[in-house]
Amino acid sequence: MSATVTFLLDGKAIPFQDGDTVMDAALRAGEYIPHLCHNPEFTPHGSCRVCIVEVNGRHYSACTLPAAENMNVDNSSEAIMAKRRSLLQMLFVEGNHICPACEKSGACQLQAVAYYTRMLSPHFPHFFPRRSIDATHPDIIFYHNRCILCGLCERASRDVDGKNVFTISGRGMNSRVIFNSDSGKLGDSELSISDRAASICPVGAILPKSKGYQVPIGQRLYDTRPISLVGDSNIRRNDKT
Amino acid sequence: MPSELETAKDPEKLDRIVIEPLTRVEGHGKVTLLQDENLQIKQARLHIAEFRGFEKFIQGRPYWELPVLVQRLCGICPVSHHLAAAKATDMIVGAMQLTPTAEKIRRLMHYGQTLQSHALHFFHLCSPDLLFGYDDDVRHRNIVGVIEDSPEIARQGVMLRKYGQEVIRVTSGKRVHGTGAIPGGINKSLSREEIDYLKTDIDQVIDWAQQAVVLIRRIFFEHYDYHINFASIDSSMMSMVREDGAYEIYHGGLRARDRNGRDIFNHVDYRNYSDYIKEGVKNWSYMKFPFITSLGQEDGWYRVGSLARVNNCDFFSTERAEAERVEFRAISDGLPVQSTLAYHWARLIELLHCAEAIRELLDDSDLGGSELVNKGEMQLHGTGVIEAPRGTLFHHYEIDENSLVTRASLIVSTTNNNQAMNESIRRVATQYLDGQQLTEALLNQVEVAIRAYDPCLSCATHAMGKMPLQIDLVNKDNALIDRLEKNASGKIKRRL
Repeated sequence: MSATVTFLLDGKAIPFQDGDTVMDAALRAGEYIPHLCHNPEFTPHGSCRVCIVEVNGRHYSACTLPAAENMNVDNSSEAIMAKRRSLLQMLFVEGNHICPACEKSGACQLQAVAYYTRMLSPHFPHFFPRRSIDATHPDIIFYHNRCILCGLCERASRDVDGKNVFTISGRGMNSRVIFNSDSGKLGDSELSISDRAASICPVGAILPKSKGYQVPIGQRLYDTRPISLVGDSNIRRNDKT
Repeated sequence: MPSELETAKDPEKLDRIVIEPLTRVEGHGKVTLLQDENLQIKQARLHIAEFRGFEKFIQGRPYWELPVLVQRLCGICPVSHHLAAAKATDMIVGAMQLTPTAEKIRRLMHYGQTLQSHALHFFHLCSPDLLFGYDDDVRHRNIVGVIEDSPEIARQGVMLRKYGQEVIRVTSGKRVHGTGAIPGGINKSLSREEIDYLKTDIDQVIDWAQQAVVLIRRIFFEHYDYHINFASIDSSMMSMVREDGAYEIYHGGLRARDRNGRDIFNHVDYRNYSDYIKEGVKNWSYMKFPFITSLGQEDGWYRVGSLARVNNCDFFSTERAEAERVEFRAISDGLPVQSTLAYHWARLIELLHCAEAIRELLDDSDLGGSELVNKGEMQLHGTGVIEAPRGTLFHHYEIDENSLVTRASLIVSTTNNNQAMNESIRRVATQYLDGQQLTEALLNQVEVAIRAYDPCLSCATHAMGKMPLQIDLVNKDNALIDRLEKNASGKIKRRL
């Protein structure tokens, strides 16, 4: 039996296995690293950068950084948290994230990570982009206003559902999720309400129709416990039990 | 007919007095008075100085967002919009009847909010005028003065409001802008602990509410002639009533009665409201002027709110409130009470009724039921009407086949009282201001008249066509360099 190899996360020894990323090993050890585009079920994406950590004076995304023995990872310093807040603030102002009326509020990963990192205001001027809602699907609605381009729907549709319903099109500010159908409408795609892609969205961009606000305030995912204790960061721990 | 003080003949020759902002009301408004060289008031108008666009910007949103989104119209009685929108979406999802649990939880929420809103209005906003007089020192004529001079009254007001807010929190998740009502029902019933928690203080709340009615009755009779005549106007009144004629604020038919108490219409299904009520516009106000269609725009204006409800109903279903109603109606020998300041009295009778109704509901086992939502065949439109604290509130929505809102029409409680508030301030102008050098105390009389209606000016104005706008460019010496004007049809002209 080989000896356990570890790296340090905020001074704490985290065991890891060959092929683990820092994120994999940390989540398995019950240590939370804030993230949005990462989901333990899927291949790392490394696009949102919210899982930024510092190793030997350099910054990496924890979800794509291979774990290495004796690595010393800063996950929680104020400097790292400040960088995460800035990234989140840019996400908030780039879209139209109106938490007070959003049905995902209380169960939204973007909102929960913002609370966790103590983001108190958007800081930057809002862009207020004019984006549409695609409600053509009988069971699912897509709000481009709330999409953070994490690519999880694309990965879930491709890797789990085998359908390739979603992809990200365009560049920079013009990037947006498009749907694989002749008309370009979600309602004409192969997406089904039972698809993993229909329930993977970490924000309020992809939602089932007519279900909004059915979970009372106080019983929503992040109402009573922070995202560091609930949500997808717990998936592997739950799977282990 | 509107008063002749609505529009002066030669406004440019008259002195203009502006009361801005109106104080101790919700929202932002102003009153303009035009006075001639003999100090006679020639024109009096209530203006709403803010602008909202809810009817427009909820277009394109999915219908299930409406109860949560539209309640953001207001922070004082958002539950009214929450429930009116929920009732409209009940129709959309084909829930022709709610489960007993859903209806009773919604009622409880509504009684709680009416209680807190009325307590806020009477104790925090209006009691300084009524306790100290309209001409009291302005530095003392406020809630802090009430706390200093009558700490027990102030405390009871705060505690009454707190209780109402707690009812809202328990039923909707938050004291302000909760999510309890959803299309077809509610998202939670009440636990035994929550019911017991609300029961703890309800007897005390009823006692405080009773004391509040005693207080306003004493104030009213101490200066009876003043209270009867102040800003008094004869008007029709409209409200919701239960099928048996009982006082009703959550669900019932519409009843309108003329100034003599005769029916104009009765037990009208509110889904057909547009056959009975229309909205007029005037070029000097962003707030619409609703009127009873059969009487026409000139004569069809009416009053809503506590005064209309207590006048229009045949009885209260709760004992104490009914006893108070009988005493209230006795002052006018069976005719509708038309005194504008009687709004306060009627409002506190309603507060007492809400407290009594909450106690009755808290003993109802349906509050803890598990059947929360009913649904049926989807429809592409829905109408929800409710008696908000400030009066009858209409929400009407149309959606497309993808569930997105295509059209919305809101007639907000305060809007119903638009003409009446204008008529009342004109009455004050002729009663108290004509021939006077205007002072703060005299001008406060105008505000006292408006406050009686408990207007929510932020709720009452919403998108209506293109907003007229004028932009002036001035240099550092304040000289006008350029001016752009956008008229009501949206056309832009350069004036210099």
